[in-house]
Amino acid sequence: MDQPKDLIELTIPAKAQYVGVVRLAVSGIANRMGFSYDDIEDMKLAVAEACTNAVDHAYTDQLGKVDVIFRIYRDRLEIRIKDEGNSFDIAAVKQRSGPIENHLPLTAMRERGLGLHLMETLMDRVDIDGGKGVVVTLTKFMQRDEVDHDVDSPAETRSY
Amino acid sequence: MNVSIEEKPGTGQSTMLVVSGEVDAYTAPQLREKLMPLCEQNREVYLDLSRVDYMDSTGLGVLIGAYKSLRSQKGRLVLVGVSPRLSRLLKITGLTEIIEIEDGA
Repeated sequence: MDQPKDLIELTIPAKAQYVGVVRLAVSGIANRMGFSYDDIEDMKLAVAEACTNAVDHAYTDQLGKVDVIFRIYRDRLEIRIKDEGNSFDIAAVKQRSGPIENHLPLTAMRERGLGLHLMETLMDRVDIDGGKGVVVTLTKFMQRDEVDHDVDSPAETRSY
Repeated sequence: MNVSIEEKPGTGQSTMLVVSGEVDAYTAPQLREKLMPLCEQNREVYLDLSRVDYMDSTGLGVLIGAYKSLRSQKGRLVLVGVSPRLSRLLKITGLTEIIEIEDGA
């Protein structure tokens, strides 16, 4: 497996008001890597969904923290969102995940639970590990033409 | 990273809420608090989202709650000024099939 070029770690208190700070970090890092506007917006949303889940479900006492680890690779950004709160039934949540279906009666229409569906649609890869706390790993690959604009990659050897 | 909400009452049992800023887990409760009573008092609620820069699933949850409340009394929820970003989000979550969206402007 290739090694990340750079690593950025951010720890926030498990409170909803700090999820916006993580969004700003996503935007700054992905922008620096050369991702497109749409990819950046997709990642901001997916990461915010994972952080919001961590804040909502993981802690009852509001004293916890959420670690966000950005791994910058040449061809992709991998973002790991980690909490140490209560685990949840991943299989059950996955089964409920999906878009809202309009044939269902009004009362059956859910107001929550769209987060995982959004993450899966907006990212290239979503990995969820339970155990002690929950670890969500989101991956977005750069488009070919975006990689070409990567300022940090070594310049191509050219013969004139 | 805040939201501001302004009501522009219409004629009869119709009203418009203009939402600006970011609707996320932190600000969505403010939107819900303003929106839900209006859904109980009006037949038609227009939600102008043209100045919303960001919305996530907690914001969508508020829209679904408002839609359910209005529909249960045969009322209408209409979204106005939906950006391409927001439109994509509504499509992914299946909400374009359910909630009325006004084109244009």
